[in-house]
Amino acid sequence: MNPGYPALVESRAVVLRLDNVDTDVITPIARVLEGPAAVVRWGFETLRFDEDGRPRADDPFGDPRRLDAQVLIVGRNFGCGSSRETAAAAVRGMGFRVVIAPSYGDIFYSNCLKNGVLAIRLSETIVEALMDLGDALATFAIDLPSQRLCCADLDTGFEIGALQKHLLLAGLDEIGLMQSRASERTLYDKRDHHLRPWVRTRPRND
Amino acid sequence: MGSSLFEKLWSQHIVDDLGEGMCMIAIDLHMLHDLSGPSALKTLFDRGLQVAAPGQTFATPDHGVATMPGRTDDSSEASRRTLPAFRRLCAAAGITLFDIDSADQGIVHVVAPELGLTLPGLTIVCGDSHTCTQGAFGALAWGLGSTEIMQALATQSLILEKPRSMRVWIDGALRPGVGAKDLILHIIGEWGAAGAVGHALEFAGPAVEAMTMEQRMSLCNLAVEFGARFGLVAPDATTIAYLEDRPYAPTGAMWDDAVEQWRGLPSDADAAFDRELVLDASDVGAQITWGVTLDHVIRLGDPVPDLPADPAQATEIRQALDYMGLEPARALVGAKVDQVFIGSCANGRLSDLQDAADVVRGRHIAAGVVAWVVPGSQGVRRAAEALGLDEVFRRAGFEWREPGCSMCLAMNGDMVTSGARCVSTSNRNFVGRQGPGARTHLASPATAAACAIAGRIAAPGDPA
Repeated sequence: MNPGYPALVESRAVVLRLDNVDTDVITPIARVLEGPAAVVRWGFETLRFDEDGRPRADDPFGDPRRLDAQVLIVGRNFGCGSSRETAAAAVRGMGFRVVIAPSYGDIFYSNCLKNGVLAIRLSETIVEALMDLGDALATFAIDLPSQRLCCADLDTGFEIGALQKHLLLAGLDEIGLMQSRASERTLYDKRDHHLRPWVRTRPRND
Repeated sequence: MGSSLFEKLWSQHIVDDLGEGMCMIAIDLHMLHDLSGPSALKTLFDRGLQVAAPGQTFATPDHGVATMPGRTDDSSEASRRTLPAFRRLCAAAGITLFDIDSADQGIVHVVAPELGLTLPGLTIVCGDSHTCTQGAFGALAWGLGSTEIMQALATQSLILEKPRSMRVWIDGALRPGVGAKDLILHIIGEWGAAGAVGHALEFAGPAVEAMTMEQRMSLCNLAVEFGARFGLVAPDATTIAYLEDRPYAPTGAMWDDAVEQWRGLPSDADAAFDRELVLDASDVGAQITWGVTLDHVIRLGDPVPDLPADPAQATEIRQALDYMGLEPARALVGAKVDQVFIGSCANGRLSDLQDAADVVRGRHIAAGVVAWVVPGSQGVRRAAEALGLDEVFRRAGFEWREPGCSMCLAMNGDMVTSGARCVSTSNRNFVGRQGPGARTHLASPATAAACAIAGRIAAPGDPA
């Protein structure tokens, strides 16, 4: 369980003008093996550090005016690739509560919601405009309960499922909800077991 | 209007409809591996929860196990750290584990189908994005993050948002020497690495119907690299012939009932899809990636792209070419190759090794090349050895290794040297994927084998 999501997130943004940033780039496997602190310390490693581990001059996260940024704006297909949830955990651990992109890897998108990160999908045109505002150090305001994003004179709504929104705001995971469907589950299992008896017991024949 | 294969699978597994497209979906089979399995089980037990259906949950170590002959837990740092706990947790939960010394150990997505655990009509989950491989059987199979693994273990269900549906219709027939890997790389190249994001993707048409199960698995394996969480092929006579008499397949009257139901799963003739793409397989040539995302792909023999006029696109291509040590608009064929990796859940099955062996038989890899064959499972290894393929590869200078994910994700110590160029039959060419600074070119087993012989990027028909 996560603590509940803030009703309003207000901050500057870090902008990554890159498409297809994959979860191996966000959390390389060697850092995953080192544990939860390392995935945050070395998040987006190849974009932030050179081969010897020294900070790169062009580190997109290194601008001292954005060190408290809680908003990350990225190109298409953000978080594609491996299902490793460390990628979403690293984004959260680096302080981001909102990511904005035209599209996401499907698994990463659900991992974000499960790690207290609101992943917002907006059109490429709007994301472009937001990237320009982010570059200009504008402040972003994201209001999850009313599903509004405001920055300078740009004001837009965004989509999120009612159930995902409820779970994120309350900091709940889905287990309790599924456990509360015990009677539906019993009915389903009875009906399905009659129809497909080979599913629930898997004896070995050889 | 009729229903699609995906619609049928989805609706059959709804425990409860939660509205707005959100459904509680029953899970039929859960596969665990050594990277995400141990921590998910530990988190579950720490929360005081139990595994809801241990009899529908199976485990095997693949990601972190060493692949050198004679390996033990201690042969890799990752397996030394994870396997004792994995064993203990599986035993405590009552989960069948195909351990490192088991005759059934291997990559999850290779093992589950060959044991007949994978069946048409099932929902199958695993903490690995390439679980979509198993959609080749007409199963709804998808990858999970660690929170979802724990939820699936605890409840044998998940809450999912219904994806949109998509079909790739493939007419014609693959040309000789062109594989399923080439076909899916071509598709990703045409429509982009995000081409199927948010969709459940069915592959259909004459070219797919003509494919073996192993080819269909290679095709579905890379559905996630096309952006789709689910890849699907309708079950047919090929599927049923593959599964009959597999160790965990149903038998007797239950088999007959199952087959009867599976015959009803294919998409109805009038099923509608949110999106449909059409291509002709005979237009597809051998493919190879040149860059760092899956849509950085060209027909083998073509030059790498030139820098486009658009500055943002030019920057992306320049950065990818720099990382790969390549120049714009120059030939890729002829570039010196340092390492070759044949294996993975994309191309680690018997027919993949046969395709590669056909290229290397009676020849030898070029001086200075390090070339590995890592069978996808112990079953694949045994079958290949029975055909003498291990000897074909050894005589050609390849290393013949034990099953695992190995150099595909480089977490077990098997990796590409920084700056080295590797032709790999795996499924990801991302920056650092095969090791920091690794330069990966994805290709079919036949192409990878040809590159090992030539010591350069080459096509299977090229003289060494």
